[in-house]
Amino acid sequence: MWRDELRGIYYIALKDMRTYYFKPPAISWGVVFPVVWILAFYLRNPRNFEDLIPGLIAMTILFSTTAAEAVVINFELKLGSIERLLLAPISIASVLIGKVLGGFIFGLLMTIVVTSVSILYLGLHPNILALTAIAIPSLLVFSSMGAFFSVAVKEVFEAQTLLNLPRFIMIFLCGVVYPITAMPGWLQYLARLLPLTYTVDGLRRSFALSSTSSVSLDLLVLVGYSLLLIIPAIKMLNRKFE
Amino acid sequence: MASNLNLSSDPVIQTTDLTKRYGDFLAVDHLSFQVQEGEIFGFLGPNGSGKTTTIRMLVGLSKPSEGKASILGYGIRSDITEAKRYIGVVPDISNLYDELSARENLLFMAKLYGVPRDQREQKADELLKIFGLHERRNDRFVTFSRGMKRALTIAAALIHSPKVLFLDEPTTGLDVVAAQSLRNLISNLHNQGLTIFLTTHYLEEADLLCDRIAILVKGKIIKIGTPDELKRLTEERSVIEITFTEDISAHMEELSSRIPGTKVTALDGDKVRIYGGDPTKIFEGVFQFAKDTGIGLRSVNSIRPRLEDAFMKITGLSPIVMAVEKGGR
Repeated sequence: MWRDELRGIYYIALKDMRTYYFKPPAISWGVVFPVVWILAFYLRNPRNFEDLIPGLIAMTILFSTTAAEAVVINFELKLGSIERLLLAPISIASVLIGKVLGGFIFGLLMTIVVTSVSILYLGLHPNILALTAIAIPSLLVFSSMGAFFSVAVKEVFEAQTLLNLPRFIMIFLCGVVYPITAMPGWLQYLARLLPLTYTVDGLRRSFALSSTSSVSLDLLVLVGYSLLLIIPAIKMLNRKFE
Repeated sequence: MASNLNLSSDPVIQTTDLTKRYGDFLAVDHLSFQVQEGEIFGFLGPNGSGKTTTIRMLVGLSKPSEGKASILGYGIRSDITEAKRYIGVVPDISNLYDELSARENLLFMAKLYGVPRDQREQKADELLKIFGLHERRNDRFVTFSRGMKRALTIAAALIHSPKVLFLDEPTTGLDVVAAQSLRNLISNLHNQGLTIFLTTHYLEEADLLCDRIAILVKGKIIKIGTPDELKRLTEERSVIEITFTEDISAHMEELSSRIPGTKVTALDGDKVRIYGGDPTKIFEGVFQFAKDTGIGLRSVNSIRPRLEDAFMKITGLSPIVMAVEKGGR
């Protein structure tokens, strides 16, 4: 019954928040790392710091969602505790979505903190509705990405290691620090294939900065990526219990 | 063991040709059996015999390759989510959450199973008291001893008041006192009318707890019966246990040849059990063997058949293989 599934998703997410997310590794990867990274660029060139804020928020979304999400499922598979969840009267899909929701909520809280501090400190006035409209599907994409990597690998450490590849590629190529338009053409094509590009683009628009895409395309790509990551993750988790 | 069996009702668990293959390896081989309401049904077999695989299929953690099974009438292929509402499962490892306290673990499970909000805390506290963990209710799971972890894992499986409880090797790895305490708890649950499906590789445990036992070897059920029925299989034969003063492994063939018409099984290097034959001739043969080889006799006992003897007769396996814990310990 769908009410049981929703209840399961909700309580799994809450449990994960309690057991995994508000712990030093998740907070340091999720918030400290993006802030330090952006500060490094600020120190190199303090002018137009406002331009870096969408990138900072995008990095917070990326790292806070994937920080713990990338290991949680694999960790529980190793311990066998995920089987406790699978023994409950809910589907495997709900268990995985509950895990994704845990990363989503943690990412949302971290994003709210970083965005609020940035806005208040710098006196910025972004379009909150536009910012939220982009942040929500972005949180879903990257939380799903963490789940995907967590289910795809066998060892806990592999997920973080493998996930660093797309994460760092995206930091450099998706307009977090350097505008995409300043990159060589072929890199711009590559950037267009990566979801963080659309997160940064949408966030820049919400801060009335230059953007290269449209709201509808940004949202379409982000929703598409969420499905592209979460559906195979559910299938892979299902296969582990065949 | 007092029985709560309700033979008039439909079986609580029913399997027909239940089979599990991993590639070419046949882990569970066409199992067909029934478990009645209120029964403790034991799956007895050495490690690797397919006990856990069978439980995993029945509770929805693994999909059967062939065959069918139902729990309380719900098919495990089509209605497993519905069946899960009525079953409690204690896996072979205590897999609750280290970071949560005993009480938080139980409350989380209560929420997951949809126990009504106004009953969760009462139910959790009740179980913590029954399992002797109430004083440690606020301590994290990670701080518990093995026995306490096991007890809490069983409590967690009971939080939603299931009708059927699956216990996979409940006492494995526990010390004697903790294991005995847990067996008493299982016995109490049975007395309350719960249907229990239990796997074990401890012969005494199966003998003590189970109403009926299925002996499983290499994924196949070799025999099903009550402990008494199984023991009766060996009662027509004499069973003599002999302990020598030293290891006689190298002389086993010679000993066997001295007492034809019997089956000689090594229990340990210096201990053998002899099945069947005329006791007078057995004693003569053994004494002559001892004299000729110069190996002394420490003790000679005629023993009543035990489940262990039935197991050996039925499976041809030594009880030593049953003493091997998971992971070869």
